[in-house]
Order: sequence, then C-alpha cells, then structure tokens
Amino acid sequence: MWEYTDKVKDHFLNPRNVGIIEDADGVGEVGSIACGDALTFYFKLDENGKIKDATFQTFGCASAIASSSALTEMVKGKTLEEAKSITNEDIAEYLGGLPKEKMHCSVMGRDALEKAISCYLDEPEKEVEGEIVCECFGVTDREIERVVRENHVSTIEDVTDYVKAGGGCGNCHDRIQEIIDTILGKDKPVPKKAPALTNLQKIKLIEESIEREINPTLKKDAGRLELIDVDGNRVLVRLGGSCASCAKSPVTLKHYVESKLRELVAPDLVVEEVQ
Amino acid sequence: MTVIYVDNNATTKVAPEVLEAMMPYFSDFYGNPSSMHSFGGNVAGAIKTARENVAHLIGAAPSEIVFTSCGTESDGTAIRAAIESYPDKRHVVTSRVEHPAIKNLYESLSKKGYRTTFVPVDDKGRLDLDYLYNSLSEDTAVVSLMWGNNETGVLFPIEEISREIKDRGILFHTDAVQAVGKIPINVSESGIDMLSLSGHKFHAPKGIGALYIRKGTKFSPFMIGGHQESGRRGGTENTAAIIGLGKAAEIAAEHLKNDGYAAVSRLRDKLEHNLLEKVPNAMVNGDPTSRLPNTTSIAFEYVEGEAILLMMNEHGICASSGSACTSGSLEPSHVLRAMGVPFTAAHGSIRFSLSRYNAEDEIDVIIETLPPIIERLRELSPFWKQAMEG
Repeated sequence: MWEYTDKVKDHFLNPRNVGIIEDADGVGEVGSIACGDALTFYFKLDENGKIKDATFQTFGCASAIASSSALTEMVKGKTLEEAKSITNEDIAEYLGGLPKEKMHCSVMGRDALEKAISCYLDEPEKEVEGEIVCECFGVTDREIERVVRENHVSTIEDVTDYVKAGGGCGNCHDRIQEIIDTILGKDKPVPKKAPALTNLQKIKLIEESIEREINPTLKKDAGRLELIDVDGNRVLVRLGGSCASCAKSPVTLKHYVESKLRELVAPDLVVEEVQ
Repeated sequence: MTVIYVDNNATTKVAPEVLEAMMPYFSDFYGNPSSMHSFGGNVAGAIKTARENVAHLIGAAPSEIVFTSCGTESDGTAIRAAIESYPDKRHVVTSRVEHPAIKNLYESLSKKGYRTTFVPVDDKGRLDLDYLYNSLSEDTAVVSLMWGNNETGVLFPIEEISREIKDRGILFHTDAVQAVGKIPINVSESGIDMLSLSGHKFHAPKGIGALYIRKGTKFSPFMIGGHQESGRRGGTENTAAIIGLGKAAEIAAEHLKNDGYAAVSRLRDKLEHNLLEKVPNAMVNGDPTSRLPNTTSIAFEYVEGEAILLMMNEHGICASSGSACTSGSLEPSHVLRAMGVPFTAAHGSIRFSLSRYNAEDEIDVIIETLPPIIERLRELSPFWKQAMEG
C-alpha cells in the first residue's frame, strides 16, 4: 500500500474544483486511458488577467486526482506568468510529498497547466518535440532530458517514476541511460592515452580511431576517410565518398578529424589531405 | 471501523482451530523431529499426521508430500527438478497468465537459453489447448500450468490436460496454490507429476507450503542438506507451521466434503449479480462457467482501480485490483492483458475473493457502498461523460 500524506488523502477524498468550465480561457488535456491516467484542466481569467477559476477532470489513481486538485488550488489568483513558473516539484510539495513512484502524477499536472496556457495564448499545438524514446508510453528524448535536468534524477527507475518512460517493455532502457549519462556529464569515457606511443602503436591507434569513431560519423553524410601515411606527427589522409567533392571538407578535416585524433591519439597531430 | 475482508486470494485469516493446534509446538513441544529421544520423536508423530491430512486433501499418498516454505518455493523446486532431471531437453511450457512465481522463473530460464512457450488464453481466460499440444515435442522437459487463476479465478482443465500429456515423457506440474482447499482435487486419478500448494491461501499461516511429487517421478532437491523430507528438502522442519497446515487441510477436506463452498459461491454470485445490476458499464473478467467458487474480477469502465480500492478502504473494505497503479508498475496486470481486456476496463478491474468467514451482511455492505464510489469517480473522470455522449 502507498504511503500517502494526509494532504494527498484529503485532496483525493475531497477533491477541490472538479468539473468543466464551459467558457474557459484555457484548456489543457494530457494523458490517455491506455496510459492509466489522464487530466483535463480548465481556467478562467478575471479582468486583471489573473486566474479567477480553475477546474479539472481526472481519470487515475489517488495521487493523480490529488495532484490535479492541488494544481487548481495553486493557480487561483495567479497571473499566467506566475502560474507558468509552477513546477511539478511545487505540486508535490504542496501535497506534502508524493511517493517516488507517483511523481509522474505531478508531472501530468504541470503538463496540463502548460498546455492550457499555450491554448490561451493561442500558441500552435506543439508538435511532439524530439524523438520518441519510449514507445509504450510515447515519451520523447526531450521530455526525458527535461525531467533529468529539472528533477535531478539519475537512474532509469527515477525517469520511469517521473515520466513513465521505460515502464513498459523495457526496450528503451539503454537509450534512457545514454540520455542520463549525457546530461550528467558522464559521456563515454575517453580511452586513456598511453603516455608515450611507439610509432607502431600510434599508427594502429590512428587507424582504429578512424575506423571506429571518424568514419561512422562521416558515413552519415556519405563520406569516408582513408589513412595514407603517418609521418612523425603528420597524418596524411585522403577523403572519399561525398567528402571528396564537398566544399566544406577542409573544415571537416581541421575541426572534426584533427580534433578527434588529437583527443583520441596524441595532442600534437596535424592532419593533411593528400590527393 | 470493522474490516470487511474480501481479499482471500492474497492471503487468508488463520483459522482459530489451526492456531490452537499450532500453539503447543511453539512452547511445550519444541523438540527436533529428527532427534532420537521421544521428546523430539513425538513431534515427528504430529508431523506424520499433518502429512497424512495434506495428502488426503489432494488424493495423494503421504510419502508424496514434501513440506516447503511457500508456494513460490514449491514452484521453483518443481521446475528446477524437472529441468535437472532431463538435462538434454531445452524446452519448457507454461501459460501467459501464470503467477509471478512461475512467470518470472520461466523468463529467467528463457534468458538462460531455454526455449519457452507461453500458451495464450482467449478473452475469457481459457487456455488454447491446441496451441499447447502443438507446442510439445521430444525436447519438452516440463509443462507447468496453474489450476485456478489468482486474479480471475478461471480454472484450467488440469486433469484433462495432465492425462493428455502423460506418457509423452514430459513432466507435468501444476501451480494449484489458489485451487487447493477450494475445489475437490484428486491427483491419483490424474496425470499430474507435481503440484504446488500454499498454506496461507486456505487458513494456515504464511511461511508453509507443500509440493506433491508423484511416486516414481524423477526428482532432485533444490535445498540440499539433511535427510529431512526423505532427502527431498533439507533443513529443520517448521514444525508449528506444518502442524497448522495439517489442521487447515483437515478442515478444508471436511468443508469440501460437506459442500461448504456452495455457501461461499452463493455470496460471490450475489455480490457479482448485484454490482453488475447496479453499476452500468461493468463486466466480469474471465469465464463465469469455470471459476474458483470464491473469486470474481469485475471491470468498472472509465475509472481507475487504485482510486476505487482506496475509497473502499475508507469503508473498511479490503479487495485488490489488476490496475497498474496499485502494483507500482505502469501497465495493468499481465493476466488481463493476455485476455485482451481493453485498457478502459483493465485499469478499473477489482478482484473480490471471499472465504468461508464472510457473512451475508458484509456482502450487503459492499453492494451498498461500491456503486456510489464508482459513480463519484466517474464524475471525476473526463472519459465518462464523453463515453456516455458517444
């Protein structure tokens, strides 16, 4: 059984502001019945641009209902600018905290508020931003990035608790981990450079770096790089594929290839193109 | 507030007679049944009686009963013994609606390289028998199927299936944790090789279970240790709990003989019938013609199960739900999903499981209390009005 605070129980058993505002200034709908929770949030402004009335309808568990009820109470009397600054953490805090597994209910509240405000400002319906990462719950990389940044979460489990991503089949767990690592600055560790490379080691490492790191990237633009020779610190290469005819290839060589090789092999390398 | 307990598939109350039978084995008779002195030997005698009672309840011989710590241990022991006994066979079969004790075990076997077949069920939760039989081959080590489903109560035709599979060189195990004590079972007339049962589902305490192993079945122990349980499960016996299980089995057998479950199923039917009549857009999950006598799973469309449970909780009513939110997972129960119950209904499914301790006035309270709860939650739900307006 969940440990809900008295405030959550109160807002669940005696929800405030249930219903529809027929002539609402803003309406925000989030969630779906398939996902297990959904919220429609309505607000009406007074002549001074402050939220005069706010109501909701929610399908979901106790904490979803309580978060919605709390949201309507929190926004009343606020200007839209003030309301905009309400975060999901604020909603959870208003309720005296939510079980970790239920934080997504507070995120749902914030999302509905944002949508309702966009609706009022007549902002175009936002296209789904970013790329869908979690197919089960339709969560994008942007949403995951946001929750990692704003809520300081650091594990896949946390991400699932906040935005549901990863809570279904689990196929997206690797991708979620990557996003977390990128944001928390835990990018893939750079292979340690050996202090002094022999010529043979250096050539091998350059070859490997081109094959593993550089060519896969260039391949995205249908280009490729061929290692011709290594002379001291000079790395002689030939560009192939679309790189050969690309006007930007000198930039690619200097800015991408050279800096990558300096990072992975040795800091004093100079890349030169040969025909 | 008085508690109305209709969550007996989760666990049951220890029967007063059971508790009474157990008490002396915590205090006066604390001897070790393996000891040579009669102080311990007397305890061994009591365990023998308990074993006879458990065997009698399912139509087995006492020597075919091994005491374990719970249903999960019985299931795990059975499946591991089966695959160890047939090391060359790499295929195992079960259904899509099993309890996690089997489901997660099979998933771990799958990761270890076993070919696993999860036999589907239809929209009423009935097993696809053709699919099952077609999946079997010489490579199949074991088939494990639950007797009664914990969520819907749907019964699989275990005796029929076991006879069909018999003589194919495939071991047949059934997780009968929900069925034992609730329906008549006679393993001797079936082709069942192994059967799991759990005490706390029929008024014995938690922490005691048993595994039936048909005489002559290839077996290797999971818990290796002393000679207890004829070397099939090492470890000093949980004597008081075994005595309790024996007593509970004795009472259950008596109850079944006197058709005691007719009263339970009458109350279940009354509850079901009245709720369906009073609440629009409600339906029963599972095959109503072949079910445990004490269980009903009812889907209330457009509301969410956890909210229903917590509102019932305010009235002291204890039930459970197949919804996602109650379990901490985000998807509704795998049982309801395997049956293809739509999301509109799966999230709002409530399981009521009765016992012989439920009285008619308790059922009346539920019938009075629940419909207004559903109505209230539907008023809160953005989908209800939409659905009603089409």
